[in-house]
Amino acid sequence: MSALSRSASARRAFWLLLAAGGAVVAVALGAAHYMEEHGHVVTGMNNQVVWGLPHVFAIFLIVAASGALNVASVGSVFGESAYKPLAPLSVLLTVALLAGGLMVLVLDLGRPERLVVAATHYNFRSIFAWNMILYNGLFAICALYLWSLLERRLGALSKPVGIAAFAWRVILTTGTGSIFGFLVARSAYASGLIAPLFIALSLAWGLAAFYLAQCGLARLAGQEAWDEALHARVRRLLAIFVIAALYFVAVHHMTNLYWARQGAFERFILVTGAPYPALFWIGFVGLGSVVPLALLFHPRLAGPRATAAAALLVSLGALAFLYVFIIGGQAWPLEIFPGYEAASSFRDGQVDGYAPSLPELLLGLGGVAASFVIALAGARVLPILAPPKVAIPAAGPAK
Amino acid sequence: MNPVDKRRREFFGQAAAIAGTLVAPGLMLYEYAQAKAPADPVSGKVRWGMLIDTTKCAPGCRDCVDACNRENGLPGSTRSTDSQWIRKVDLKDLRTGRAVSIPVLCQHCAEPPCVDVCPTGASFKREDGIVLVDRHTCIGCRYCMMACPYKARSFVHEPTTGQKPDVPRGKGCVESCTLCVHKVDRGGTPSCVEACAAAGHGAIVFGDLNDPQSEISRRVRAASTTQLRADLRTDNGVRYQGLPG
Amino acid sequence: MKAAGILRAALAAAVLVAGSAAAVVAAAAGPALESARSGPCVEDPKVMRRSHMDFMKHDRDDTVRKGMRAIKHSLAACVDCHASRSDGRVLGSDRHFCQGCHAYAAVKVDCFDCHASTARPAATAAAPAQGAAK
Repeated sequence: MSALSRSASARRAFWLLLAAGGAVVAVALGAAHYMEEHGHVVTGMNNQVVWGLPHVFAIFLIVAASGALNVASVGSVFGESAYKPLAPLSVLLTVALLAGGLMVLVLDLGRPERLVVAATHYNFRSIFAWNMILYNGLFAICALYLWSLLERRLGALSKPVGIAAFAWRVILTTGTGSIFGFLVARSAYASGLIAPLFIALSLAWGLAAFYLAQCGLARLAGQEAWDEALHARVRRLLAIFVIAALYFVAVHHMTNLYWARQGAFERFILVTGAPYPALFWIGFVGLGSVVPLALLFHPRLAGPRATAAAALLVSLGALAFLYVFIIGGQAWPLEIFPGYEAASSFRDGQVDGYAPSLPELLLGLGGVAASFVIALAGARVLPILAPPKVAIPAAGPAK
Repeated sequence: MNPVDKRRREFFGQAAAIAGTLVAPGLMLYEYAQAKAPADPVSGKVRWGMLIDTTKCAPGCRDCVDACNRENGLPGSTRSTDSQWIRKVDLKDLRTGRAVSIPVLCQHCAEPPCVDVCPTGASFKREDGIVLVDRHTCIGCRYCMMACPYKARSFVHEPTTGQKPDVPRGKGCVESCTLCVHKVDRGGTPSCVEACAAAGHGAIVFGDLNDPQSEISRRVRAASTTQLRADLRTDNGVRYQGLPG
Repeated sequence: MKAAGILRAALAAAVLVAGSAAAVVAAAAGPALESARSGPCVEDPKVMRRSHMDFMKHDRDDTVRKGMRAIKHSLAACVDCHASRSDGRVLGSDRHFCQGCHAYAAVKVDCFDCHASTARPAATAAAPAQGAAK
């Protein structure tokens, strides 16, 4: 019996939360239908900014999904037995986040009814096509992984499947980053660094999402949080991942700043191109990275509530980062005529304005809600939750 | 004749027949390669290209744009969500101050980034070099729009009506200049080229880059021409004259 | 009890017969469509009813990807021939060719999201030649 159904209040809270999540998903589906019926003219997207707010949410969910699987990998692949009880929730969360992200991505397509065409026609030179194969493969691997974790008789399978899952998700996240990194013509993206940047981001965002899910489900089940030792390790890990992500972002921008031809774009995205600099510096760097680090390291502040706040801020900072990365990167005009100033009816040479619209926001939030619903339902149906007290083996490696 | 000689004769006869059968279609196809009948498939013998002489291109002239809109049933409006298959771009050289106005359209690259990135293969390059979107397979993901270095592609943001019978276009798919493929396949030329010539400017030349005797091949051999963003090595089929790099 | 049982069975049978009769009548009726402009179709009508989408799906790649413009199953040629004599369209009412049959069969026709549903000017000016050449 799942920990979520032990008490009447837990059961009531479960149904209320499920209904709330379901309502948000329903509204999102309505918004997607509206967008499909009238065309994308009802959104803020246009011929210059072709990927908008839905993609910000979708890519956040997909990258976090890959990172959430890392918690299970630390247990199965790297042999940290303290993390092993956390593995089932980690795998469930991966499936939930990935499903939510893909839902948003598919519903935003110009022709979502052609999903069957997408599934049957593959151009293998396209990293996008590879991503579709990788996402579906991850679902299959996660299903097998979860089964091997929950079914005692299949326990021996969990290590090889865990290794396969780890390798698969590294390839998948490299693919997700390369969707941008392979865009040769765009100042914001054309770089081999984008793939490892996304790996680092996935580690941070995935662990943050995992921590929030774990805390939320534990509260719902009326359980205590983890004991201090495990909590300290997770806190340190989250801090390391946030620093790694900041590192890659810094190196990417510094390299761009060094190249004369990228100077104008960097000036736009970091200084002059409102609202992107504010979102970047205050949203991602400040609230999304520095403040969480303080919350995680500060000797007096640190504690379960501070870690949860840090995880939430990291997630919001992720949305800010992706808004700047995806939308800001497109708002800057293509350099078709280097050395010339350009003007045309198609807004060549002009920074294009983008204002997110309500249907896009609803669709994006619907993806988050879908992940929420799937994770919640899965935690109710399967014995996912880690026991309240997780013993750290005495002989475990000191970290 | 002894049996061995007879067998040898039969063998050589058969070998010659097989060899002839293998070679003959090639000989026949070569005849057709230079002029495609409407019923025939396209071949790689031809590479369609365009040469735009920017010195003959007047600022404010929109003959090519208007012709394209008329031919392809485009609305002609220029909101940020409207399709523009060809547009006039006013350029000013930041170093010298020289101003020039040029039409920009799909460059029909030999190595098109949009074809590489399309997940379903809807964005494709035909044997004769024309880069198109197969709107039966396009799912509207807009990745090709992210990948195109020339902002050549447009997304259809609203339901369309009044399409031209030869130019199907609809909501939710991506589109761009087709080099008037429906005319070219029947031996014609793109409407922008015709309109520019009819108005007497003669700034655009269209032809087969693989035919050394075509006007376009002679012109690109004679005078200096450039491709936009030649550094990307996409090898564009559209070349510009009078536009220093 | 037995009488009630027999009554129930009789009622069910009556409903079944009436329903099937209505269906048979409806099936026999079929959509009432305006006739085509000229000549026999490029395929037998029974074959067309079943397979026109397969023909078009196959031939479209020949046109789009290989530039072959004189295909047998060209959608534009179908429209030329089957467009209504009054307004030159195949959509607009249940008497128009494509819409009528699709409405009857309750199958969404989304070709005309992109393709023109009007006959070409040359076709409306004079009766077009037999479907194939364009």
